[in-house]
Amino acid sequence: MVNEVCLRTLDLDRPWRLEQYQSRGGYEMLTRILKEKTPPDEIIEEVKKSGLRGRGGAGFPTGLKWSFIARNAPGQKYVVCNSDEGEPGTFKDRDILRYNPHQLVEGMIIAAYAIGATRGYNYIRGEFWEPYERFETALKEAREAGFLGENLLGSGFDFELHSHLGGGAYVCGEETALLESIEGKKGQPRFKPPFPAHFGLYGRPTIINNTESLASIPMILKEGGPWFADIGVKNSGGSKLFSISGNLNNPGVFEIPMGTPFSELLEMAGGVKGGRKLKAVIPGGSSAPVIPGEQMMDLTMDYDAIAEAGSMLGSGAVIVLDDTNCMVKVLERMSYFYHEESCGQCTPCREGTGWLYRVVSRIENGQGRQEDLDLLNDVAARIGGRTICALGDAAAGPVAGMLKHFRDEFQYHIDHKKCLVGAG
Amino acid sequence: MNTIEVNNKAEIFSTEIRGEIDQWVAKYPADWKQSAVMAALRIVQDANGGWLTTELMNDVAAYLDMAPIAVYEVATFYSMYELKPVGKHKICICTNVSCMINNSERVVEHLEDRLGIKLGQTTEDGRFTLKEVECLGACGGAPMMQIGKQYYENLTPEIIDSILEGLE
Repeated sequence: MVNEVCLRTLDLDRPWRLEQYQSRGGYEMLTRILKEKTPPDEIIEEVKKSGLRGRGGAGFPTGLKWSFIARNAPGQKYVVCNSDEGEPGTFKDRDILRYNPHQLVEGMIIAAYAIGATRGYNYIRGEFWEPYERFETALKEAREAGFLGENLLGSGFDFELHSHLGGGAYVCGEETALLESIEGKKGQPRFKPPFPAHFGLYGRPTIINNTESLASIPMILKEGGPWFADIGVKNSGGSKLFSISGNLNNPGVFEIPMGTPFSELLEMAGGVKGGRKLKAVIPGGSSAPVIPGEQMMDLTMDYDAIAEAGSMLGSGAVIVLDDTNCMVKVLERMSYFYHEESCGQCTPCREGTGWLYRVVSRIENGQGRQEDLDLLNDVAARIGGRTICALGDAAAGPVAGMLKHFRDEFQYHIDHKKCLVGAG
Repeated sequence: MNTIEVNNKAEIFSTEIRGEIDQWVAKYPADWKQSAVMAALRIVQDANGGWLTTELMNDVAAYLDMAPIAVYEVATFYSMYELKPVGKHKICICTNVSCMINNSERVVEHLEDRLGIKLGQTTEDGRFTLKEVECLGACGGAPMMQIGKQYYENLTPEIIDSILEGLE
């Protein structure tokens, strides 16, 4: 059961066009909701029943998030889509924007209807020019067809939707940094509470959902929450887009049921390149602790299974590493990333990510000291849980996993001033 | 915070640039013109050969009724804004994990050799700048790079050569 939800139009010619989307029943759900004036509570209940959890990485239940909005409170409310796809290894939302942008538009309109919002923004990362243009074309087509603007299909419901382009800052994927960015400021996360449901964009009640989450909404409502939930497994409803990359014959995006064995996903991705040995897998974006290959081959791709193995499903970004990779070098590159992308607001993250990078780097470059291994764990522990946003945790998370599973490689670097892998 | 007083906003920027910025301003609430600052900076940067001068940032501030410092904060925070001159073609190479393990080092080396510059530098003739960037969200096509608005994936030295030869 592949490509049932967000990528269900992928087999069509130019699937991003309105007529193609409508040839598969696109905008029928929205039309029905507007005609029948479906009570918003019913929509939110259905989304709750679907078991859909935030596909950006945090996995927070989408229906529950929507229910936090006081929909009858006066004044402007906003729906914001997070297409600031930036977690290393993640490239699924790009495909939704490129190939099925109308389903995202329909999902956002329905979300707006459900929470009583009349305005929305889709925050697309600045480098995604082609996806942005596809989304803009979809907005234009939807507007001309009467799905956006005032008094949609004569229902009395108004909704206007715009893109906002980012400028190259990973931290803007954090929802409150993203809001700051739309407001024309540095993308530095806000202290919470208050949460966006009460004080969001321009200080108004706001829901922020990931691209894949919102693009899943039309099918969830069309087929019913239980249909979606049953595709997946307990606590992990639905199918999910997995971006799988690394040392593979056929990397790419695969939409498969939650709970699919990793071994099957690996097979879809053509297996490890050159028939080499699977060494390790980072199962949910570079913030997710690494899992050794052998252990990974026994796991299924769902929130609980990956969490029980000590990691997280995150955004569904699976990075596959073969046995030619030096894990010290991999951690060095990841640590550099978090150091580079820390917004600098919280001291533990701003300083700690630099410490992590410098210490891993000196181990990688043959200047490590024995006490560095404890130092790394110590620094990571002093970042985790001590910052406003999760970037600090994301930087700290991979360290413990690497030291737990591949300590011998770090030790070898310290003892022999060179690499255990390929004696490089 | 002080804003810059201007008598006539029509004197800032060309008609085309003002038109483009105004389209973005219209997307946001009337009292939130500042929301268009990222787009405005991108538009004036593109029109200025790919980089922002202090004067241009001040112009953006004046046009959007912002304090110049608030514009500088944005321009220095986001990596896609350039505060120094760049080449006509800015080549952004991803070296993050998925690209790294698919030999992005070879991409960097090949480009450095071919252009005779290092990462972060611009060729003397002003045609090319090499920039190392973080994950661009195209890991399935690793190793990859971006030139202008275009992504180039599954790079090899031969593919890179043909891409560069196709550039003006």
